[in-house]
Amino acid sequence: MTNHILEMKNITKEFPGVRALDNVTFSVTEGEIHCVVGENGAGKSTLMKVLSGVYPYGEYEGEIIINGEIQRFSNINDSKKVGIAIIYQELALIPEMTVYENIFLGHEIKKGLSVNWNETIRQASQMLAKVGLDVNPDMKVRDLGVGKQQLIEIAKALSMDVKLLLLDEPTSALNEEDSENLFALLRDLKKQGVTSVLISHKLKEVIGIADTVTVLRDGQTICTLDAKKGEVSEQVLIMHMVGREINNIYPDRKKREIGEIVMEVKNWTAYDPRLGRNVITNVNFNVRRGEIVSFAGLMGSGRTELALSLFGNPLNYRIDGEMVVKGRERKFKHPKFAIGDGIAYVTEDRKGNGLILIQDVKQNITLANLREISIRGVVNSNREILVAKDYKDSLDIRTPSIEQRVLNLSGGNQQKVSVAKWLFVKPDILILDEPTRGIDVGAKYEIYQIMNRLVEQGMSIIMISSELPEVLGMSDRIYVVSSGRISGEVSTKEATQEKIMQLATN
Amino acid sequence: MSFIRNIQKALKENIREYGMFIALFAIMAIFTVTTDGLFISSRNISNLLNQTGYIAVLAVGMTLVIVIRHIDLSVGFLAGFLGAVAAIGLTQWNLPVYFAIPMVMILGIFAGLLTGFLVAQLGIPSFVASLAGMLVYRGSLLMVTLKTGTIVIPDETFNAIGNGFIPDLIGLQILPDMHKLTLITGLLAIVFFVFSEFRNRKTKLSYDFEVLPIDMFLMKTLFVGALIFAITWILAGYNGLSWTVVIILIIVAIYHYVTNETVLGRYIYAVGGNPEAAELSGINVKKIIFIVFGSMGMLSALSGILFASRLRSATTVAGTLFELDAIAAAYVGGVSAAGGVGKVTGSIIGALVMTSLTSGMNLMGIDISSQYIVRGAVLAIAVIFDVTTRNRGK
Repeated sequence: MTNHILEMKNITKEFPGVRALDNVTFSVTEGEIHCVVGENGAGKSTLMKVLSGVYPYGEYEGEIIINGEIQRFSNINDSKKVGIAIIYQELALIPEMTVYENIFLGHEIKKGLSVNWNETIRQASQMLAKVGLDVNPDMKVRDLGVGKQQLIEIAKALSMDVKLLLLDEPTSALNEEDSENLFALLRDLKKQGVTSVLISHKLKEVIGIADTVTVLRDGQTICTLDAKKGEVSEQVLIMHMVGREINNIYPDRKKREIGEIVMEVKNWTAYDPRLGRNVITNVNFNVRRGEIVSFAGLMGSGRTELALSLFGNPLNYRIDGEMVVKGRERKFKHPKFAIGDGIAYVTEDRKGNGLILIQDVKQNITLANLREISIRGVVNSNREILVAKDYKDSLDIRTPSIEQRVLNLSGGNQQKVSVAKWLFVKPDILILDEPTRGIDVGAKYEIYQIMNRLVEQGMSIIMISSELPEVLGMSDRIYVVSSGRISGEVSTKEATQEKIMQLATN
Repeated sequence: MSFIRNIQKALKENIREYGMFIALFAIMAIFTVTTDGLFISSRNISNLLNQTGYIAVLAVGMTLVIVIRHIDLSVGFLAGFLGAVAAIGLTQWNLPVYFAIPMVMILGIFAGLLTGFLVAQLGIPSFVASLAGMLVYRGSLLMVTLKTGTIVIPDETFNAIGNGFIPDLIGLQILPDMHKLTLITGLLAIVFFVFSEFRNRKTKLSYDFEVLPIDMFLMKTLFVGALIFAITWILAGYNGLSWTVVIILIIVAIYHYVTNETVLGRYIYAVGGNPEAAELSGINVKKIIFIVFGSMGMLSALSGILFASRLRSATTVAGTLFELDAIAAAYVGGVSAAGGVGKVTGSIIGALVMTSLTSGMNLMGIDISSQYIVRGAVLAIAVIFDVTTRNRGK
């Protein structure tokens, strides 16, 4: 009988309208490296949050058993006490503090009322030695690279006497060398008795390091595979990850008349000075009239960055490359020029940078094209009402009135407002970034119908989506993006979920 | 009774908008009772409005600054400094008043644009940028008044801005104790208001849009009309409309129009509501910051002119704490620190609430120490009200 350090039994966690985890069972054997894989939205992160106490006992159903004892965490501190440490994708270090301050932040070593800094520094050095990091504990975290910061997070966990280390996509921001270092450390820690649970999208890494792999899909445990028995391979993992039958039905398009190229991008590279690296590297693609082109890939693969770099570059990347829009070479300095050239961008994050939540439906719809309804800078509010009513009817936006604040609408209706806003600029090229994220099935179908109607009218749509069935169901052509590059182009006919996933996890 | 229910519904939905008006009425009613009617006397109301002038003008500009999620602490001493510049222009350079005033206002715009540059272009937090400005303008004010001390302004045209009243029609025999031109202006305003309300309603109906039920509409029109009449009647009982009130009315009318009816106004609120979404909607956020700070600078100049004119002189401490009074007025008037919410008219009401408190408590002979505590409490209550009702209604 193997010794389970952790057992999670029948875990169910619901969010309004979504069942994120559905009766998930998950066990980890002491001293192993256990990887969790699955598509975006499969429930991996939610599972880790349940385990670490971010979602406290009572907000989920099921049992968490650690070393044979049932646990009821009411916050992260409770899970820390039994030796669970979680390291998130976005590092939780404080850049302006020193390495040793960060390592002992939240569990300072005290002497009387004050912090014992000498002892702190001594112990911090020990922890750094344990993770094999050769830096002066006096340095500010800000001055270290991401790879080293990650190791400091682990040193911090070790300083709390961690038994079970949870890592959520630790290598997503690391280069190959740093990733290798990290994995070497995890193997080393394994020998010292630390169990690791690793969420990762990079299947090659998973195969390299895992003792056991659990696959989640749509909030359910699909299987747990044992690497020692040779059960783990890329094909097997992908098969389990995407193995659902496609039973969503996508609306048919009446006519598919693909016209001339309306947008072509060549050797497009974008450098983000804040991150200090390229977010987009040497991307080439084109879009034709009346076509839906998808950019598939995993979250964080650089698709949103690509869209922003094309759409007036509001984040001020340094851009290299060529973009031809309707036969003319263009480089937009501000989104308004992109809009002026017939490009619209429906953002991924409706609430963050898409809509103005405190304003009402009509004001949101007209914002990007107020000139259309104004004379000499004065808005004709009656025409505004007409425009808003038009879109409310044609897109079937369900709201008590167009004076309703967008804040109060459901996700699906907010998305329709977002789409309406960008349709009102009368674009030729519509970029939709995750157009159906967080909205219910009915609203999704309506969004698909709207998309089809638009391309039938001759618009071109660029759809960024992480949902494979949607990509397969809606596109004419598919580009797969991975780590800021286009890792492949596939036509819809030859595309399968497995093929796309393979390119995306490249 | 659907009529009563309609009123209740309207009150409930717009409690945030009407809240300040109700508070102002309540405060005025209380002081009227506690001072045996002295508070509501023509003379006191006229004085009260003139006192509100230089803060009200700042509060209008500050509203927009806070709406776009910034703050401007430099406006007080900028007003003081520019008031002194106006005084020097009039007394030492012998500039004509019609040249000195526009000159100072243009200087104000440049000062505002400078703050805007620091904020928009260099990304310095507006709190720090304008704090630096506050120190600089304070120093500048002291420097230009170093030799002379208080500069007395002899120019009567200039001084009329803060102290004078519009002329009356001579020769009319009716209502001998009343200011006739003020009454006529008030009546014209009522006619204009009623006319535009009806025209608006007609347009809306022609588009087949929703309008207020006819009884509600008539009642609203009647109420506002009566209010305008009451105010003009009170003012006409003393010296009539002061030039200060005329200036405030013009500024409020312009800013109310710009913020509510124009593309620029929409852009300002969009930038305040969600700057990232605004940028992605093709709005040049930096440009909006420049415009708003530029307008703030111009209104600071106007405030400085009003204050210098009211005192008939430029003093070495002019403008002290004006910025905080303006910020308080804006918050009392329902501006939200979270950005994107706040009306120019609300801030004017806020400014009136604050000066009414001062004026009323002065008449009651309440000690200045207690006055500060009361004003502080009212500010806190107003913001608590604002926060707790934020997500109710539409």
